[in-house]
Amino acid sequence: MLQVLYIFIPMLAAIFVPLLYKSIKNIHTGWFVLAVPATLAIIYASYIGKVADGKVFLQELPWIPSLDISIVSYLDGLSLLFSLLITGIGSLVVLYSIFYLDKHKEKLHNFYVYLLLFMTAMLGVVQSDHLISLYFFWELTSISSFLLIGYWYSRDASRFGALKSMMITVGGGLMMLGGFILLYIMGGTYSIRELIVMAPNLVQHPLFTWSLVLILLGAFTKSAQFPFYIWLPDAMEAPTPVSAYLHSATMVKAGIYLVARFTPIFAVSELWVWLVTGVGILTLFWGSFFAVKQTDLKGILAFSTVSQLGLIMSLLGASALAFHGNGPTDTIKYAAFAAIFHLINHATFKGSLFMIAGIVDHETGTRDIRKLGGLMSIMPLSFTVAAIGSLSMAGLPPFNGFLSKEMFLTAMLALQNFEFFGFDTWGALFPIVAWIASIFTFVYSFYFVFRTFTGKYKPEKLPHKPHEAPIGMLISPMILAALVVTIFFIPNLVGDTFVKPAVQAIQPFLYDSPKDIDIHVAAWHGEITPELIMTFGIVLLGVLLFVALPKWQGIYQNFPRALTLNNAYDKIMLGLDVGLNRVSRIYMTGSMRHYLLYMFSSIAAIVIGSLFVKNAFTISFQDTSPIRPYEIILVVVLVIGTAITILAKSRLTAIIGLGAVGYTVALFFVIFNAPDLALTQLVIETISVALFLLAFYHLPKLGKREERMRFQLNRAIVSIAVGVMVTLLALSAHSQKLIPTISKYYEETVYSKAGGGNIVNVILVDYRGFDTLFEITVLGIAGMAILAMIKLRMNRKEKSHENK
Amino acid sequence: MEILMAFVIGFLFMAAIYLILSKSLLRIIIGTGLLSHGAHLLILTMGGLGGEAPPVLKEGAKTFADPLPQALILTAIVISFGVTAFFLVLAYRSYQELETDDISLMRGSDEDE
Repeated sequence: MLQVLYIFIPMLAAIFVPLLYKSIKNIHTGWFVLAVPATLAIIYASYIGKVADGKVFLQELPWIPSLDISIVSYLDGLSLLFSLLITGIGSLVVLYSIFYLDKHKEKLHNFYVYLLLFMTAMLGVVQSDHLISLYFFWELTSISSFLLIGYWYSRDASRFGALKSMMITVGGGLMMLGGFILLYIMGGTYSIRELIVMAPNLVQHPLFTWSLVLILLGAFTKSAQFPFYIWLPDAMEAPTPVSAYLHSATMVKAGIYLVARFTPIFAVSELWVWLVTGVGILTLFWGSFFAVKQTDLKGILAFSTVSQLGLIMSLLGASALAFHGNGPTDTIKYAAFAAIFHLINHATFKGSLFMIAGIVDHETGTRDIRKLGGLMSIMPLSFTVAAIGSLSMAGLPPFNGFLSKEMFLTAMLALQNFEFFGFDTWGALFPIVAWIASIFTFVYSFYFVFRTFTGKYKPEKLPHKPHEAPIGMLISPMILAALVVTIFFIPNLVGDTFVKPAVQAIQPFLYDSPKDIDIHVAAWHGEITPELIMTFGIVLLGVLLFVALPKWQGIYQNFPRALTLNNAYDKIMLGLDVGLNRVSRIYMTGSMRHYLLYMFSSIAAIVIGSLFVKNAFTISFQDTSPIRPYEIILVVVLVIGTAITILAKSRLTAIIGLGAVGYTVALFFVIFNAPDLALTQLVIETISVALFLLAFYHLPKLGKREERMRFQLNRAIVSIAVGVMVTLLALSAHSQKLIPTISKYYEETVYSKAGGGNIVNVILVDYRGFDTLFEITVLGIAGMAILAMIKLRMNRKEKSHENK
Repeated sequence: MEILMAFVIGFLFMAAIYLILSKSLLRIIIGTGLLSHGAHLLILTMGGLGGEAPPVLKEGAKTFADPLPQALILTAIVISFGVTAFFLVLAYRSYQELETDDISLMRGSDEDE
């Protein structure tokens, strides 16, 4: 039970956040919240040893058993790694946010409730083995991301960014749900583990490709791959702790997780390999190229995140090749390892960089890189952290980014050695694109850190006088920066503990246990490798381009705005908005009569239609009572009275017609042996007519503008249809009595049980006494409402008198 | 008689709907009145119109009219009266406020969204 419960601990803790915020004002609410991810991180850390040995942990909590839906917590190498990232980075981010968000000015209870909600959602995504609960948590991450981006909801840009991310990721999520359902149709199970076992049989199924594409759409939208990445830069309107957490370290990696998790199912497909690798490498290039264009610090980091996610994605695509051919070549097996390794490294260096961007924003009041510069001497600690993060991102030693970048190049170089799927011809493109993208990565890394911290100090352009951030704010980025360096020196410890168990989860057919993975990470391979030569080239060209940046940065202005993806998104949204508005205006006229027309005609259509379809329409003349002469007279009077109400020119006549109908109905009650009804009807009808006339009397002006109702065809058709429907219904109900009457019960027991003779009365006051009680209540409410309305008028009148 | 009543009830419903779809508030209320009459008769007819005596236990009576529909209708009559009275006051009030009983003139403007 506990293992599933861990997922929900943040959500449960969120209940207490508003209470704590309201009752304890002196202590920043974040300190209480910090305990949640920190505790969970320790709990998950206790699993590390066993999972590294190849054990998995599984626990199931039935959710909707009738639909075979349950919440399954499945901890293997991959999900444990993500869980540790979520809780570990989560702790650091909460710690950072305590100093970032002012406890007096900010709505902390909202912020932390959303953040805790997100934690549960994200843990659920990475641990769910059940497709439907995975989808549930997946959309929950989108919703909490929406709430967090829109946290400063009074800003237009926040709301726009929140909506954009929601539209794109939830849309992708729906696609993914479609893919999941197709998987269920193919495999007959919702369990990912069971689907992986039967994967070789699934590939033959005609729905296989559809499912693959739909699930990839979900992953690509979430992980901001080309062309869906456009929501991520706009999501930077969120508070910086959120950007560091959701939009760099965790949520955007949900798509990576999904691809990794489904690799064993889909890897056999050529389309999968090409789509994941191709989109990944394109995103890598695109993101790194456009990162240099940005002038907002967080904008640079957003595009850099897009680019790095593409890098990991392309590695995962390449890792799928390990399922093909006569065993993997020595080098291709690095792909999965490099993907997971870079994922860890990216979380560390990008997390610290985001926090530094937040610090710069917090201390200077701007994130615009054109206004910044020369902060190195003022903020030396921040500069050190930023430099470590950036150099790691650029792929330089002695930082962890260097190691995973080398492995990435190794994997890309190995692609051309494959002799199928067209990689022998096209495979050579991958290292070239990767190399160019790496050069731009180098440029924007330097651009980020050196434009901010070196160069000319421009105090006149800064809203605040800058100074070093409080030490509490610096703790989290410093921890991450320390990790960046540490991982470089102990890569194999990290590899054995975290990376290899995760790789085994991605490639379960190749390795029986994480220990079988024969990969050793080294910074220096003892010789000059092609990767090393490429790195030299990256540094050389990168430095040249960075120095020359002012000369060529202008080329970005030459891209026409009309051709951008953002423009396309805006156009689509606007078009949908305007178009759908037009469509609904056609029938949503605002006129009550039109709505009534729709309702009545649909009722008639549905009832007549189902009578027709079910073949239920029958007429039976059996069992009818005889027609007596005075009954005919009553029918004639009734019909005439009804006709008068419609045809009458004056409203007074119409009221009298209604009265005539009412009294006729009372007479019907008399001849149909219903004396109680007749009495009630007579009394009520008298009062009603009196009321009508009273209202009529009080509205003198109505009399002057009297006119006969204009005949309208649509009204007539609809009312005739309803009339026909009721007649048909009455006829068939009379003609087929499927269930015998239950009135016999009352007749038999009315005297023995209720001690009364008048069955109708006894039913009302005894058998259905509560019903009658509520009926009286309804009348009472109506009476009070009438009284209130008249009183209201009186008060208004008195007031208007006073005003005069 | 039941067959004949089926047609009468259908006619009542038709007239009621026709009135409810009109523009005048007073006619709409008259329409609801007709609608409830129609519904009452429909319930009564559903139970069958046979039976020799009112549903009151008495020596000698062999077949009663069905008591259950009558109990339902009794409730319905009272409730529909409450509704009609409420509608009337509502119409009266809206006339006083807006000086019209034409519901097409009571629509909010297009900007009300």
